[in-house]
Amino acid sequence: MSVDRSTAGNAPDHAHRKRASRGAVYAVLAVIALVFIFPFYFMAIGAFQEDPTTSLSALAPRGGWTLENFTTINERLGLLRALVNSLVFTAGVLAGTLVFGLSAGYALARLRWRGRGALFVIMLGVQMVPFQLLMIPLYVQIAGNYGLGDTYAGMILPSLINTTAVFIFRQFFRSLPESIFEAARIDGASELRVLWSIAIPMVRPAIATVVLITFIGPWNEFLWPFLITKESSMQPLAVALANYINNVAGTVANPNGAILAGACTLAFPVVILFCLFQRYFTASDIGAGIKG
Amino acid sequence: MTTPSALAAPRARTSARDPWWRRLLGTQPLGLGMSLPYIVFLAVVMAYPLGYAVYISFFDYVFTAPGVHADHPFVGLANYRAVLSDPRVLGSFANIAVFLIINVPLTVILSMVLASALNSLTRWTAAFRVAFYVPYVTASVSLIGVWMLMFSQDGLVNSILGPLAPDPSWLVNSHLAMPSIALFVTWKQLGFYVLLYLAALQNVPKELYESAQVDGAGAAKRFLHITVPGVRSTTLLVLILAIITGSNLFTEPYLLTNGGGPDGASASPVLLIYQKGIQQGNPDLASAIGVILVILVGLLSLISTRLTKED
Repeated sequence: MSVDRSTAGNAPDHAHRKRASRGAVYAVLAVIALVFIFPFYFMAIGAFQEDPTTSLSALAPRGGWTLENFTTINERLGLLRALVNSLVFTAGVLAGTLVFGLSAGYALARLRWRGRGALFVIMLGVQMVPFQLLMIPLYVQIAGNYGLGDTYAGMILPSLINTTAVFIFRQFFRSLPESIFEAARIDGASELRVLWSIAIPMVRPAIATVVLITFIGPWNEFLWPFLITKESSMQPLAVALANYINNVAGTVANPNGAILAGACTLAFPVVILFCLFQRYFTASDIGAGIKG
Repeated sequence: MTTPSALAAPRARTSARDPWWRRLLGTQPLGLGMSLPYIVFLAVVMAYPLGYAVYISFFDYVFTAPGVHADHPFVGLANYRAVLSDPRVLGSFANIAVFLIINVPLTVILSMVLASALNSLTRWTAAFRVAFYVPYVTASVSLIGVWMLMFSQDGLVNSILGPLAPDPSWLVNSHLAMPSIALFVTWKQLGFYVLLYLAALQNVPKELYESAQVDGAGAAKRFLHITVPGVRSTTLLVLILAIITGSNLFTEPYLLTNGGGPDGASASPVLLIYQKGIQQGNPDLASAIGVILVILVGLLSLISTRLTKED
C-alpha cells in the first residue's frame, strides 16, 4: 500500500472513490426505477386479490387470490369485444401508417418531384398543431358529414398515417447509399420494385421502431374513440374501462379489484410487446423522427 | 463511371427540353403519386379542420341534424369575448399555469439528470431504461385507475403518511388536485424525455469530460458546465413538447379528478372544449377556447426558444 502510494500518487485512492460513486449512482437509479414500476406491481397484485385493500400489509399478500375480478369486469364491459375493438383500431392505424407512410417516406427521401420541400415543411408544422384544436371540427366532419360515428373507419381516420413514422422512414431511406439505387435502376428495375425489393428490406429496424411507436398510439388513445363511439359494443378497451371507472364502479361489490383487472388487461399487451422489442425503442431512431 | 450514373440518376432540375408534365411535376413525378395518400390525409384531417376551427370561432354556430339548414351569422369577436369573460374558462387557464409551473421544471431537471446518470453506466442500462419508459408506453386510463386507488382517501399513500395525510385527500382537495395531476403526468411522460436526452448525450464529446476531470472539475461542475450546455437544443425540444402535452391535458382531469373537480379546481381548457363543444353543443365557444389555447402555447414556445438561446 505504502509503496503504491509513493510511486503512483493517489491513483488507487482515486479509483476507489470512483467505484464508490458509481455504486451510489446505481443505488439511486435502482430506487428511482423501483418507484417508477411500483404502480405496475400494485396493479398486478391487486387484480388477483379478493379485496385489494390499500394498506401496506396488502402489498405482500399471503392468500385471497382470485380470478373473480376478471370475471366481474368481463361481465360489465365484455373484455373480449373491447379487446377486438382495440385490435381493429390499432391494426387499421398500423396498416395505414406502414403502407402510406413507407411510400411517402421513400418519395420524400429519394425521389425528385415538385412539392417535396413544401410537404416536408408542412409536416414540421403539423407536429405543432394540437389534436385538441381539431377535435371539434373533426367531430362535426366525421360523425356528422361523413356519418362515420360508431364505425371503425371513423375511429381510425384521424390517426390513419402517423407523421412521426413518416419522418422516421424518410430518415432511414435517406441514410441508404445512392449507389444501390443506381445499380438497380441500371438493371432496369422500376421505382416501385426498387422500393419493395431493395429499400424496404434495408430499413427493417425502422419498421420495427415504427410498429412499436404506432402501436402504443391507438391502443392507449382515449379522447378520440371516446368522442366517436356512443355504442358500447364499438368501444375500444381504453374507452370501455374509462366509462366503467366513471359510471359503473359504484354499483359493484369489489370495484377496486375489477378496475385493476381491467387496467391489467389494457396495460399488459403493450408492456409485454415493449419489453420484447425495447431494443428498437432507441433514442436515435425516435429522436430523428421528432426533430425531423 | 460518370456516364451510367448520369443516365440512371435523375437530374435535380428539369430543363426546357423536357415534356410539359415533367416540367410541372419534377423529374420523378411518381414521388407525388406515392405521397398523394399522405397529402390527402393531411388536407382532410389537418388543414381543413384547422381552417374550420378558426372559421367557426368567428360565427354563431350550432350543431344541426344532417340535412337541416341553420343560419350561422358572423359575430366577429363575440365568442372570444364570451369565453374570456367566463370565470370557468379563465380558471382553467390558471389551472394549466399551475400545472406547467410544477410539471415543466420537474420534467426538464429529472429527465436530464436521469439520462446523464444512465449514460455514465455500463451495466444494467437496459433494465433501467425499461423501468423508466414503461409508464410512457402504458395507457393513461390504466395508470389513472391505479393512481386513483393509491391516492384515494384511505389509499396506500395516505396509509403510509398516517397523520400527515392531507385532508381532504389528494384528488378531492382543491389545492392538491392540480399538483397531483402534474405529478402523475411528470411520472408518466418522463421516460420519453429521458430517451430524447440520451440521444442528445451521444453527441456531447467524451473528451470534454475527460479534460475537465484532468483539470479537477467535480461531477456536479462537469454536469453544469458540459452536459447542460451540450444538450441545449434538446432542452428546447423537451420544453416545447412538455408545454404542448400539458396544455392538451384532458384524460387526467376527466377521469382522475372526476371531471375537473373538486369544483373546477382541476378543469383544463381541453376539458371545457369537450364540455362546451360536444356536451352543450356550442362548437363556436369551444373553438374560440381552442384558438386562444394554441396562441398561448405558441407564445410559451417562443419564450422557451428565447430562454434557451445561446448568449
